[in-house]
Amino acid sequence: MKRLPEEEKPFPIDLQPESRFWEKRGVSRRDFIKFCTAMTAALSLPAAMIPRVAEALGSDDRPSVIWLEFQSCTGDTEALLRSSAPTVAEIILDVLSIDYAETIMAAAGVLAEETRAKTVKERGGKYIVVVEGSIPTRDNGAHCCIGGRSALDIARELCGNALATIAVGTCASYGGLPAAAPNPSGAVGVGEAVPGITLINLPGCPVNTDNLVATIVHFLTFGRLPETDGKGRPLFAYGKKIHDNCERRPHFDAGQYVEAWGDQGHRKGHCLYKMGCKGPATFHNCPVQKYNEKTAWPVGSGHGCVGCSEPSFWDSMSPFYRRLPAVPGFGIEATADKIGLGLVATAAAGFGIHGALNALRKDKEPEDSTREG
Amino acid sequence: MNSQCKFKQYIWELPVRWCHWVNAACIVVLSLTGLFIAYPAPLGKSPSDFYMGWIRFIHFVAAYTFAVSVACRVAWSFLGNKYAGWREFFPVATAKGRRKTLAMLRYYFFLDKEVPETIGHNPLATTAYTFLFALYLLMIVTGFCLYSTHAPQGILFMLFGWVQVYVPTQIVRLLHHTSMYLIFGFVVNHIYSAWLMDIKEHGAEISSMFSGYRFTVHRKDD
Repeated sequence: MKRLPEEEKPFPIDLQPESRFWEKRGVSRRDFIKFCTAMTAALSLPAAMIPRVAEALGSDDRPSVIWLEFQSCTGDTEALLRSSAPTVAEIILDVLSIDYAETIMAAAGVLAEETRAKTVKERGGKYIVVVEGSIPTRDNGAHCCIGGRSALDIARELCGNALATIAVGTCASYGGLPAAAPNPSGAVGVGEAVPGITLINLPGCPVNTDNLVATIVHFLTFGRLPETDGKGRPLFAYGKKIHDNCERRPHFDAGQYVEAWGDQGHRKGHCLYKMGCKGPATFHNCPVQKYNEKTAWPVGSGHGCVGCSEPSFWDSMSPFYRRLPAVPGFGIEATADKIGLGLVATAAAGFGIHGALNALRKDKEPEDSTREG
Repeated sequence: MNSQCKFKQYIWELPVRWCHWVNAACIVVLSLTGLFIAYPAPLGKSPSDFYMGWIRFIHFVAAYTFAVSVACRVAWSFLGNKYAGWREFFPVATAKGRRKTLAMLRYYFFLDKEVPETIGHNPLATTAYTFLFALYLLMIVTGFCLYSTHAPQGILFMLFGWVQVYVPTQIVRLLHHTSMYLIFGFVVNHIYSAWLMDIKEHGAEISSMFSGYRFTVHRKDD
């Protein structure tokens, strides 16, 4: 490889202040630059942007984060806290001051609520809200209350005044599992519960922490949220279908499929299309970013995608092990094909009988009395 | 048996006939390849084979052909002769059309013995065609919606991709799949009725879709 002359090295800016900031927190300069590079790549930005990302992350002017948890399983918090590399938790927790997050904060009860109120008051709108979990709307939001206030009420106040709201996970984005039929609590995503706010959806079950961190990094670097698609999701992470980036795609195009769990094709890693994989219906960067320190993702582990990052996935992507959803009103076991073939058979039988009756009857062909015109 | 002299009349112009047969061929190809895409046979012997790839390619080429053919037929309903015109497709909108429809229904339900003559379209048939064209539109929109998701920044996605923002992709897929059976149901009806009318009217119902000529009791300038 050709060595770059000194003045063309890709880090023209002085990284001293930032690296000292990070070193104080136990992150080496090398790890910090690695992190900035990974984030720049995740956001599909050119390498020339790495110094700008580093600069933004090193700045002292960092917004507070209020992490709200409503109807959720804490899976997204878990996903963030359990990730070990590249020191994501440290970076996220240090770069942003997380002032309120029920799961990880030391304070509890009245004290915790006071902290939240204080942050909102002192930061004067200079905070980011991360929402995890859906917001119930039925019965005045009584199905999810924190400190005597409904989730809907809290979300209206906090998201309405925030710099930006990040909905993490499918529940916060689109209602997710609590919103699955029959949706007893009237659960909706943040966007539907509090319309008109500055919002970005990071669906997934759980959210991919790399995408969450990259979104925050984008916000810190450029002062705005990344560009989104029609479902409010950032294009850098949800701009391609799983199917189109899948490592098993060559098997799909070739015509090599898993026919049954544990068969030869399954053992050889063939395409899971016939086992009901929803990769062709799902936009997410799972095949690229993966989970668990980039070691695994569902299809890589031999299980089809269930489409968890799409709205109403629990209802529209199921049955998870079939290609097509059940036809509403015909029971679970009736497939579209059975109904369709039944329809065609009925039509054929009906016209067959009609034809037989016509063959038997004597009728008159058109003549002057019946002619048209 | 009627032994009246019949007159030859040019009814179906070339674009009507071409669109009809292109649609028919496309429906056959699209259904066969579509069923394969829904239930692929494991033909691949190595990952460098491309069976599914080629079958999808044929499906997409046939889909473009079909869409263009349907668009041409719709355009011709404004440009062609009165038998091809869009008014033919809404017979119940006029008193004469309603009378014709009723007469045809009475014949179909064995209430009348006399076959009502139709020079252009059978009014029952055009009513079915109106639903059929709605089905074509549904097929084209759902099909291109599914297809366009491979390139979410493309023109096709701008035109059709919005559908999957409002209707879950799997429901779009289900609609695309079940509509095929509705078209099959139509095809059963269509072939049967063409055969029946060919036998009963003696007006060359079936061959008119090849030649364009029908044989009618009355002369055009009557």
